[in-house]
Amino acid sequence: MMMRLTGLMACLCTASPALAGKIFVSNEKGNDITVLDSESLEVIATFPGGQRPRGITASPDGKWLYVCASDDNLVRVFSTDTYEEQPTLPSGPDPELFVLHPSGNPLYIANEDDNIVTVVDVETRTVLAEVPVGVEPEGMGVSPDGKIVVNTSETTNMAHFIDTTTFEITTNVLVDQRPRFAQFTDDGRHLLVSSEIGGTVSVIDPAAGQIEKKITFEVPGVLPEALQPVGVRVRKDGSKAYVALGPANRVAVVNGETWEVEDYLLVGQRVWQLAFSPDEKYLYTTNGNSNDISVIDVATDEVIRSVQVGEQPWGVVAVP
Amino acid sequence: MRFFAAALVVATVLPCAAAAQTEIRMAVLRVDVQGRPPVSRLDLPPEDLGFAGARLGTNDNATTGQFMGQSFVTDEVVATPETALGKMQEIVASGTRLVVTLADAETTGALAEAAGDEVLVFNARARDDVLRGEGCRANLLHTAPSRAMVTDALAQFLMWKRWDDWFLIEGSHPGDQALAASYRRSAAKFGARIVEERIFEDTGGARATDSGLVQIQAQIPTFTQRAADHDVVVAADETGIFAAYLPYHTWEPRPVAGSAGLVPVSWHPAMEMWGGTQFQSRFEKLAKRPAREEDYQVWLALRAVGEAATRTQSAEMPVLRDYMLGREFQLGAFKGQPLTWRDWDGQLRQPILLGSGPIVASVSPQSEYLHQVSQLDTLGIDRPETACRIDRQK
Repeated sequence: MMMRLTGLMACLCTASPALAGKIFVSNEKGNDITVLDSESLEVIATFPGGQRPRGITASPDGKWLYVCASDDNLVRVFSTDTYEEQPTLPSGPDPELFVLHPSGNPLYIANEDDNIVTVVDVETRTVLAEVPVGVEPEGMGVSPDGKIVVNTSETTNMAHFIDTTTFEITTNVLVDQRPRFAQFTDDGRHLLVSSEIGGTVSVIDPAAGQIEKKITFEVPGVLPEALQPVGVRVRKDGSKAYVALGPANRVAVVNGETWEVEDYLLVGQRVWQLAFSPDEKYLYTTNGNSNDISVIDVATDEVIRSVQVGEQPWGVVAVP
Repeated sequence: MRFFAAALVVATVLPCAAAAQTEIRMAVLRVDVQGRPPVSRLDLPPEDLGFAGARLGTNDNATTGQFMGQSFVTDEVVATPETALGKMQEIVASGTRLVVTLADAETTGALAEAAGDEVLVFNARARDDVLRGEGCRANLLHTAPSRAMVTDALAQFLMWKRWDDWFLIEGSHPGDQALAASYRRSAAKFGARIVEERIFEDTGGARATDSGLVQIQAQIPTFTQRAADHDVVVAADETGIFAAYLPYHTWEPRPVAGSAGLVPVSWHPAMEMWGGTQFQSRFEKLAKRPAREEDYQVWLALRAVGEAATRTQSAEMPVLRDYMLGREFQLGAFKGQPLTWRDWDGQLRQPILLGSGPIVASVSPQSEYLHQVSQLDTLGIDRPETACRIDRQK
């Protein structure tokens, strides 16, 4: 009954002229996906996400939701409208994170257990290639022009640059311990790679394949070992980058020109992944140990809300 | 060759397919002692103990090495206490300069001495603090945690629980006595009181007999009765004679920790935090069994070398050693923070897991115990206390 009621409310919301978007959160331990209304920030639905859902992303048109169901060894696909499950995609074993080509196809998946990146055509649902990379591939980033996919390997400690036409590795860049996430700036001139155990974010010049700058973090009263950068997002205009600092319970705000940290925003516990709202007004953070998401107002860099979601939220994506 | 390597490091651009392959050869020397089998048949040592960890470490290094023009080879050598020195000489004669040992303290010290200064030895088994103290050697590093580290790790947890009155039961073998001494030291360090101490004499005999539990159920309660009021029983039984019998059999209903119950370990097969699941699944795929502490400790040694080889683009022992002991070195090892070496005694700093049967119950250092340099140095012998007189700082 409760479920029906919220469902009805959701219909009413979406029927209003200013169409509210949706925020999807993968709950790693809860094995489900929490859906929030982006206007009201109310939870409007929860649906099963498969075993151990982690990486989560949406198609460029916002119609389809892709979820790495790590313990199912496949990628689950859902309608963002009806939450109805679509045919699954092959992923290779233990998929953790992935990135979609800017065109919406193919999907590049990091397979932690097999030291490979699997390339999957989302339309034909076939594997196009398997690219051998370093030990424990995790972070996946794609250049804005779609020509380069970057994978980070957590035990090899490299960012591997993969040519998306030949599926060959063209460059390897050594970074600090346990690289978790790779994110290009929208102009394609910089690649940010977070190193969770090394405690740094490497800013890489993709053209030169060289580290330009290492961002370090320092928060008074927080043990240096707790400053563990994971999720990274950069504003479209490149003015600011946001870095989730894991058990430090903070998101660092980094100047996009000087790459200096300007602020630390206190969010929920063990903050891992980040996602902007489509209009970039808000940044959402998943806080795994407090089972909530924090909402950051990007204009003021203030944390304005926290909303309870499922058990151990891992990833987040927002669609219009 | 040297010049070429240095140029590469500065550039940080790595070759995709490196022209020349450099080989980094290591050896793992395991010294097997014929002893009584463990109390539980679940603890029987697998034939590939330690070697399976070496194989995983070699694979991990090789996967990284393919991007660096480096290949990794690890020889596996089994010896007895009688043949150990001869085997070490053979290893050194073959040109290997990096050797991991799985041996007791006495043999480890002798092997490091026999290996000589041209060889770097990694102790992946012996926990004796003497090897890190008076008996320390410049060519000997330790991936196995010391007794002081594991007893401090448990002590911190027990203090966090406010279980500060301990009933210490120790075995009668030298290793048990050394472990008990370490618990006394940890109790004094963290403010626990040992309110009662008893020695469980090992009178020999078979580890188990058919219907043996009938006697145990009668013996352990009487052995533990009339002890002063205590919060917890701490068992110091490195030999593995009696501690496993303590839980549920003590006279007073008290939890057991130490060598049974809540056990401080370097690795636990149920560890899933900080990417640990990935280590477990890679290991189990390879070895077809759960990982043991020795496997993890050997893996640590190989990965430390691999990491140094990646960062320095060198295969030369002195280059790798200096890098490992330097400020730049960090090893990711599924423990939530980088592992580094203590330059005063060659010990690898590492969090200690507290295993309780099928799960990891906690990880020390407990967050309340702070330190001016590294929280990890709240575990074990710190710089001002060390009895090691080798100056590694250059």
